[in-house]
Amino acid sequence: MRPYVREKKDFTFDEVPENTSFEAGYLTTVNSGWRSIRPVISTNKCVGCEQCYLYCPDGVISIAEGKAVIDYDFCKGCGICAKICRIGAIEMEAERK
Amino acid sequence: MANKVAESISREEFFYGHKACAGCGGSLAVRAALKVLGPNAVSVLPAGCMSAVGFNFPQLCFSNNSIISTFAGTASMLTGVEAGLRARGFKDFTAVGFAGDGGTADIGIQALSGAIDRNDNIIYICYDNEAYMNTGIQKSGLTPFGAKTTTTPAGSNIHGNLHNKKNMFEIAAAHDIPYAATASIGNIPDFIAKVKKASQIKGTKYIHVIAPCPTGWGVAPDQTVEIAKEVVESGLWYLAEYENGTFKLNYKPKEFSSVEAYLKKQGRFKHLTDDDIQIITASRDKKWEYINRTFEL
Repeated sequence: MRPYVREKKDFTFDEVPENTSFEAGYLTTVNSGWRSIRPVISTNKCVGCEQCYLYCPDGVISIAEGKAVIDYDFCKGCGICAKICRIGAIEMEAERK
Repeated sequence: MANKVAESISREEFFYGHKACAGCGGSLAVRAALKVLGPNAVSVLPAGCMSAVGFNFPQLCFSNNSIISTFAGTASMLTGVEAGLRARGFKDFTAVGFAGDGGTADIGIQALSGAIDRNDNIIYICYDNEAYMNTGIQKSGLTPFGAKTTTTPAGSNIHGNLHNKKNMFEIAAAHDIPYAATASIGNIPDFIAKVKKASQIKGTKYIHVIAPCPTGWGVAPDQTVEIAKEVVESGLWYLAEYENGTFKLNYKPKEFSSVEAYLKKQGRFKHLTDDDIQIITASRDKKWEYINRTFEL
């Protein structure tokens, strides 16, 4: 499991922590707006070697049914996955064409 | 196609949704290490990039127990975490610290030295991006010779940093620590194996991982891993371990790749003259002469 985005965005006064500790893995915003290019996986080329999964700094790549899948909510579009992929199954495409 | 390294670590993500720059090397090191140590790792982070990007209330990106320590106190807080959990009867946990190069080699060195001296059962991971990147690229004790930072600017007379990188790995090893290692995020399987090995050893463990910073080094975000491979190939960094009183070299490049090519790819070294590159190459050769003489292969 990954930390996930909570639906609720506002805190009531009672819920604001009184001390400096709070629930671990509590996300309220996504990072997708940081991206100007996005990695696109060509599923017929991908062999599921998991190199992109190992080297992704944000951990947004997972493997489902032997193929890499990207969580675009948190991908920042750094392009490391496209560089590490030896068979060229990942290509970077412009977000706005 | 199964990947043995990927199978050996947790499928869960413990450092997710963080606000590190795209292509951040330090966040890759933290992510990979936590996936080895699992949900029972308790991480301690001093002031630095990884605490700045991981704890922006209400966006809390660590899904294991994590705490921010004082800048100088990473290792002493690890000591306390380990002792406290042990006193309360917990057995299955790992106290792990992630400090940057400044938080390790400059500000946190006495706390680290003390923890190694007491041989507390902790893992201390230094992600080395070679300057104080979080505050805007100031020189640290681990900034290499010639690098341009905001406190060591490159001018016509002085070409960036005048001092050499402190040898933190051998400083930690000189305490006769149970386990110390160097790693690079350009070789994640090696790093994962070292964190795994460290988690099985009792006593203080120190892992020094080189983690390029695209912002501070002046490289493109997709070059982080490549440049971390090249720093090892060019001989300016090395993969080694220290255990039972002996140094062991894990990887020896057959032939060093060009130092100049490595340096010129980075904005922080753009200003270097041929003479400066000669100085860096000579110091690399001297270092490797020492490594070949004293390290086991």
